[in-house]
Amino acid sequence: MLAYLIRRLFAAAVMLVVIVMVVFGIFFLIPKWAGVDIALSFVGKQADPAAVEGVREKLGLGDPIYAQVWEFFKGIFAGRTYTGGGDSIHCAAPCFGYSFRSEQAVWPTLTDRFPVTLALALGAAVLWLIFGVSAGVLSALKRGSLWDRGAMVIALSGVSLPIYFTGMLALSVFVYGLDLFDGQFVPLEDSFSGWFGGMILPWVTLAFLYAAMYARITRATMLEILGEDYIRTARAKGLKEQTVIGKHAMRSTMTPLLTMLGMDLGALIGGAILTETAFSLPGLGQAVLNAIKNQDLPVILGVTLITSLAVLVANLVVDILYAVIDPRVRLA
Amino acid sequence: MTTQRTSGRRKQALAAAVAVAALLTTAACGGGGDDDKGSSSGAAGFDAANNKVAQASAAKKGGTLKFGAAQDADSWDTTRGYYGMMWNFARYYSRQLVTNKAEPGAAGAEITPDLATATAKVTDDGKTYTYTLRDGVTWEDGKPITSKDVKYGIERVWAQDVLSGGPTYLKDVLDPKGEYKGPYKDTSADKLGLKAIDTPDDKTIVFHLPQANSDFEEMLALVSASPVRQDMDTKAKYGLKPFSSGPYKFASYSPGKDLKLVRNTSWKQASDPLRKAYPDEITIKFFSDANQLDQRLLNGDLDLDLNQTGMSPQGRTTALKQHKANLDNPVSGYVRYAVFPQSVKPFDNVECRKAVILGADHVSLQTARGGPVAGGDIGTNMLPPSVPGAEGQKYDPYKLAGDNKNGNVADAKAALKACGQPNGFKTTIAVRNNKPVEVATAQSLQASLKKIGITAEIDQYDGSQTAGIIGSPSNVKTKGYGIIIMGWGPDFPSVQGFGLPLWNSKYIAQSGNNNYALINDKTIDGLFSSYVTTLDDAGKTKIATEINHKVMEGAYYLPFVFERFINWRSDNLANVYTTDGYSGQYDFVNLGLKNPKK
Repeated sequence: MLAYLIRRLFAAAVMLVVIVMVVFGIFFLIPKWAGVDIALSFVGKQADPAAVEGVREKLGLGDPIYAQVWEFFKGIFAGRTYTGGGDSIHCAAPCFGYSFRSEQAVWPTLTDRFPVTLALALGAAVLWLIFGVSAGVLSALKRGSLWDRGAMVIALSGVSLPIYFTGMLALSVFVYGLDLFDGQFVPLEDSFSGWFGGMILPWVTLAFLYAAMYARITRATMLEILGEDYIRTARAKGLKEQTVIGKHAMRSTMTPLLTMLGMDLGALIGGAILTETAFSLPGLGQAVLNAIKNQDLPVILGVTLITSLAVLVANLVVDILYAVIDPRVRLA
Repeated sequence: MTTQRTSGRRKQALAAAVAVAALLTTAACGGGGDDDKGSSSGAAGFDAANNKVAQASAAKKGGTLKFGAAQDADSWDTTRGYYGMMWNFARYYSRQLVTNKAEPGAAGAEITPDLATATAKVTDDGKTYTYTLRDGVTWEDGKPITSKDVKYGIERVWAQDVLSGGPTYLKDVLDPKGEYKGPYKDTSADKLGLKAIDTPDDKTIVFHLPQANSDFEEMLALVSASPVRQDMDTKAKYGLKPFSSGPYKFASYSPGKDLKLVRNTSWKQASDPLRKAYPDEITIKFFSDANQLDQRLLNGDLDLDLNQTGMSPQGRTTALKQHKANLDNPVSGYVRYAVFPQSVKPFDNVECRKAVILGADHVSLQTARGGPVAGGDIGTNMLPPSVPGAEGQKYDPYKLAGDNKNGNVADAKAALKACGQPNGFKTTIAVRNNKPVEVATAQSLQASLKKIGITAEIDQYDGSQTAGIIGSPSNVKTKGYGIIIMGWGPDFPSVQGFGLPLWNSKYIAQSGNNNYALINDKTIDGLFSSYVTTLDDAGKTKIATEINHKVMEGAYYLPFVFERFINWRSDNLANVYTTDGYSGQYDFVNLGLKNPKK
């Protein structure tokens, strides 16, 4: 088990290094090949040569790409000092870069916005697991019934409708139309009820999409499993239907769902861009969207790393949980 | 089974009824009886604040003025900000020696004393400007603002390697040879080594210009001329919490999230003839989705849009239909246009440039920009109507808003023949990929050019890399960008504040170039030289007109529109007016609320 964990963590670290290098390549090498001077995009309308040079020096644009990557990793563990033009800015460890757009270190921006995204992802996950899995199981058990058809039509619409549509629809109906919700984000530290009220629609909107997918996967998996020999055997043995479904069928159904959950949660923790944008939630998704609009490479890099890390960690947790759910799986 | 089906149908019908009812309620809520003369909700009426003051007497002290924005400032540092809305907003927390008048329309572009007791005493043939500071002007900690603070604040413009982004006019005019290296590299003990500015005492400041510049006082009215106190200068991080000299100070700021200003209790009304400081607090909430912002404005959750660049197409449509009394339709000060780099053949030939100008369908281009209301009036020349010397649509040398407004195929073909390209030619239109309206204008132009035999490909380049892509003449030539779609607004309302970087040959740069047409015309350069040494307004206005005429005669540009915006003001907003001083934006500094408790 320990050897397995070490192997996985090592693989995750290698993966993160590769991701950083790819992102660096996209933002620094491709424009360079295209003959574009990135420093010019940081200096405003009147491109004073001193300003261009100052940006180049501070961003380290003159350094080779490997040196930039090395400096970046060194900063995570040992901090980093950016100098140029008589100014010196220290970015304490863990330094995930420094944004020259907002003149702030990236790490505090990430930690400031992370709780919003985490709350959104976890809250929505609870909803989609409850409603998605239940709907899927019921559909499988009542295959061909009106419930089954109705649930699958709703699931299909949930999968088909993009969040920016369902989000806008929810806002126009429940906030601007019926006035049931305020629809504005309130920080948790200001008011719990305000925060909870502000999160309901984002949770429901995000969960609608995922619940639909989970319902369809649950139904398909459950139907397949219900046709397995061991289920027939369990029934033949005279076990109660409740036990057959709850103890035997559900356990097998959970395995692919858990894989999906790991991937989905990991990706969402990196920022549910569409949901955060539709509901103006100040999370990582909003931060990365603003960063992309402003070509704020350090923030993009920071969020990309956090997302990758979250996906890798979530997958690791899922793999470990496999062993718990399915005794046939042994980690080695 | 049958029962279940019936039950299911009932549920479906019920669900459908709820959904329809909900949508109908939404529509009903949005319905309004607004008209041009005001609404029952208290809005002042369509265009009621366009170049005139709406609900001036309704402004009361107190409350929170709520801005929303889809875009944060480039920086809140007075030296580094270049966005027009930042200059406008910065007057809440910064003062300058002189500033724009807090008045609607053209009067708002006039200069009035702010920290200084009077506008400049100009001597030495326009080369020396002297100001005296008012009594009682203080920083947010109550210490007096001195002439040395003003000098230090201006010196920061020289520190471009640390404080990039803002306008550099003062640096170019006061130190054209670039001898001073900025306060962070200043070896003098007090870091006030810039020779062009003297501070004989704490109340007096004297500017010595190597050469006269008749717009110098306009440059001092820019926020980049704000005082900064040396011991409070946090260099690159100053924009996160500027030290206030105005009626409000920073309480909190989280970039891209929110900003809050509260009253600066050290500011004294008696020391400030300009600012009324009505609200107790001023907040900005940033949105990443412009539609969300507009919806919040329509819903009455916010008072106005900080960006002042017009509502999104969806928000605009709803607002025009249901809340017209909350809207103003000012001229923005921007001209939107296509420009022809002379380095790309056959645009080195004036007749080929004229062919494009004459062949374009100007109504279609106007429609692509949003139509006459949201897009603007058809542009007929290159000087924005708010700049002294501009003639608006009265000067229309190519009859773009007249006989040729739908394009003149015959004249365009004649021009092509004169250019030696009777069968047309191929070229590329460069357009920013992050500006859908600009892409639409490129497509419109492409369609009309096809009618005269010009085949134009559209290249949508990365809009965030504008300075490096179209600002590089060698790149423009290599890529064959014969037509570039762009827009430009004045930094200050004069032909110098608008056209100098676009039309003067000195401003052709190898990177970050704005003279895209590569205009190298001795007459135009000479007119600019005359302009800066002409001190009387009438003379300046005449030269501005002449420069505009020379630019249009050269056919370097195809103007699309004199841009207009549709901007929103809430029912609760009072003392609201647009000003030419900030390109048709609402003048933020003296906005008040009718009901401070709302």
